[in-house]
Amino acid sequence: MSHAATHDQHDDHHGAPKSFFQRWFMSTNHKDIGTLYLIFALVMFFIGGSFAMLIRAELFKPGLQVMQPYFFNQLTTMHALVMIFGAIMPAFVGLGNWMIPLMVGAPDMALPRMNNLSFWILPFAFTLLLSTLFMAGGGPAGGWTMYPPLSLQSDSLAYVVFAVHLMGISSIMGAINIIATILNMRAPGMELLKMPVFVWSWLITAFLLIAVMPVLAGAVTMLLTDKYFGTNFFNPGGGGDPVLYQHIFWFFGHPEVYIMILPAFGIISEIIPTFARKPIFGYKAMVFAIASIAFLSFIVWAHHMFAVGLPLGAEIFFMYATMLIAVPTGVKVFNWVSTMWGGSMTFETPMLFAIAFVILFTIGGFSGLMLALVPADFQYHDTYFVVAHFHYVLVTGALFAIIAATYYWLPKWSGRMYSEFWAKMHFWNSVIWVNVLFFPQHFLGLAGMPRRIPDYNVAFANFNMISSIGGFLFGASQLIFLGVLIHGVWFSRKKATDRVWEGAKGLEWTVPSPAPHHTFDVPPVIHDDELAHGHVND
Amino acid sequence: MTSGGIRRSFTAWATLALALFGGVAHANPSPYQLNMERGASTWSQVPYHLNNISLGVCVVIGILVFGAMFIAMFRFRKSRGAVAEKWSHNTMLEVVWTTIPVIILVVLAYLATGGLTSWADTTGSQMTVKVTGYQWKWRYDYVEYLGKPLDKVGFMSKLDTQSDQTRQLGSGMDPYAVKEGDENTYLLNVDKPLVVPVDTKIRFVITGADVIHSWWVPALGWKLDAIPGIINAAWTNIQTPGTYRGQCAELCGQDHGFMPIVVVAKSKADFAKWLAEQQAQSAAPAASPAATPAAASTAAAPASAQVAAAPAAAKQG
Repeated sequence: MSHAATHDQHDDHHGAPKSFFQRWFMSTNHKDIGTLYLIFALVMFFIGGSFAMLIRAELFKPGLQVMQPYFFNQLTTMHALVMIFGAIMPAFVGLGNWMIPLMVGAPDMALPRMNNLSFWILPFAFTLLLSTLFMAGGGPAGGWTMYPPLSLQSDSLAYVVFAVHLMGISSIMGAINIIATILNMRAPGMELLKMPVFVWSWLITAFLLIAVMPVLAGAVTMLLTDKYFGTNFFNPGGGGDPVLYQHIFWFFGHPEVYIMILPAFGIISEIIPTFARKPIFGYKAMVFAIASIAFLSFIVWAHHMFAVGLPLGAEIFFMYATMLIAVPTGVKVFNWVSTMWGGSMTFETPMLFAIAFVILFTIGGFSGLMLALVPADFQYHDTYFVVAHFHYVLVTGALFAIIAATYYWLPKWSGRMYSEFWAKMHFWNSVIWVNVLFFPQHFLGLAGMPRRIPDYNVAFANFNMISSIGGFLFGASQLIFLGVLIHGVWFSRKKATDRVWEGAKGLEWTVPSPAPHHTFDVPPVIHDDELAHGHVND
Repeated sequence: MTSGGIRRSFTAWATLALALFGGVAHANPSPYQLNMERGASTWSQVPYHLNNISLGVCVVIGILVFGAMFIAMFRFRKSRGAVAEKWSHNTMLEVVWTTIPVIILVVLAYLATGGLTSWADTTGSQMTVKVTGYQWKWRYDYVEYLGKPLDKVGFMSKLDTQSDQTRQLGSGMDPYAVKEGDENTYLLNVDKPLVVPVDTKIRFVITGADVIHSWWVPALGWKLDAIPGIINAAWTNIQTPGTYRGQCAELCGQDHGFMPIVVVAKSKADFAKWLAEQQAQSAAPAASPAATPAAASTAAAPASAQVAAAPAAAKQG
């Protein structure tokens, strides 16, 4: 039924529209829209990265050398907003767009026109957001969390709020599309518990998105009315409460954290079995762990607020709930290691990034466990220890998973093999410098350096300089990535086979490389031994 | 590297060696400091020990998990002729590695809950100080000491002049030259510190005047947000006399990085003397030309004053 709807829209099943404008701007094709999302994310990754380079330049040594403090605050705020909403989230949506229909045997996304709209909102949202940097009052400078009353002092608040609304609409539409596709468009025989873990992780993530993006929209709308329409939601002078905003924001914010990591779990669960040539250990446990983490994400939000003066009972509840997350997360890590145990491993670049993910994400998880302990958090909170923690889970976690996925599926997208040598150069440079960049920040935080400061006491000078050097080199390493991508998409002479990787299983590897413009016009016949997980008797 | 740089790094390594092996309790950050400080109050060892214990637990788990991974990566390589096995389950193993973390978590939760409960108990305090965060300075009002209300002692505390001049963009001044004695105090010094007695349970009531700030002195072991319209309470009992430095820990605008906190803990006798001087000063404001504008406004700011909370349309640079 849903197949028929998408069939009738395409008269030409053989190729993409000839005109550039028609193909890329009017596209309803999940592969082209996926590509657009990925390119957009890459552009935002470099913009957000350039902000990070400026931040690290200012922090290179004590004293202000490069910029005024207010501009520094704009950079930290923009770096976070661009990386979270512009790079990480669109990259995952792009990967979902490209791969979910291929992985479940669907001809396209369930709602192709909405798919086009949900992408094309994003460039406008980010133009709006980034344009504030060129305005007289400057960009937002109150941190990406936009806590009032500080955020209400900003002249660019309205731009940021509208940009966030647009991003939210885009995310909600993307999430609806993914849920509709997964629940309605699977090929006959692709039962829910035969789906790849990546598809499962996106299904759960999409529900999180639908649940919390409206909450964020509500929170920022209240900021807007507080500033421009005389309401007093967060103004104590009018009976409001600044802490109310933090509760609402983090009710969105904590699930948001998992929105940025659950698809990464899915990706790693695809890559490790492929290169270990062994089925994933505990498929059902993996799916159940993702679902548990998603559930727990709704009841831990106040662990971001241990220092606001919550009642004792609340601090204890949120501490216990937060610590519980370590259990399903631990299960996932143990299962990845067990998948590798007894396998027959090779170490192509996607596998290298996946292994780095497991180790470094776990380090981020460890510091997360330490942060959950309220008395210790009284010291860690709002220091560089927190900065180190969330960069370990977001850079070496989410970003490394996205890079791993790019190397893993790029040959399927472009039909060419990327240069393994340069990809490995990219890997080793990234993995070394990212640790030089972020590991010393643990020490800085423990020694007492607050986050979001443009200048610091000389006691913090050594580790800041080391961190900055790591930052510059990590940033430069990403230019290698860009080179490998350009070469692997247009110039590589090495053609990819359909299977690409020897141990690859799943429907996406049964179509030619590059994947034709339209795939699975006729639903594929599912053979369980072709699937990554279906032949496993649980 | 300049000779100054070499000297600095030598000093830094010496300090590091001292910090690691000398067992000296450092109250203020030192170069190459790797771990949290033990602190100087009766409670501050709670986060310190919790930090060390949880770090130890993480290191042990890390060694086991990463060790297993590296063994797997070495043993089960295709290039060594490894053939993939077919299993993908082991119920026993899965039960074990779900249960053991739960047990570890229960132990950690027990320790943390005890520490948290003692932190939350502000009863029985012998002194009360009201702390108010402003963009970008702190105000301290002494509310009560040993059961006697005080209403004439209060002052603003802001970044010291030398740090403030040095920190300006393009000042050409050397942050390493900002010193008090041997200690570098760049961005960690104020014009007028908070003075408190040792061996006294001091209750802090903390609020914000414009935006949210956070009052943090690492040697006391905690930070607490200063929020307009809300009064938060916490306590400390400092054991050793000394100077303890901290900073605002919640982003509060352009000069968030430039509103340090300095707490000077004196013996009870010295503190009583200092307090008497302050009271004498505020009783005769005309006789003290050195009084800052902040001190002059003391009389107009009774300790129980509600916070005027309309967010100021602050100037932004």
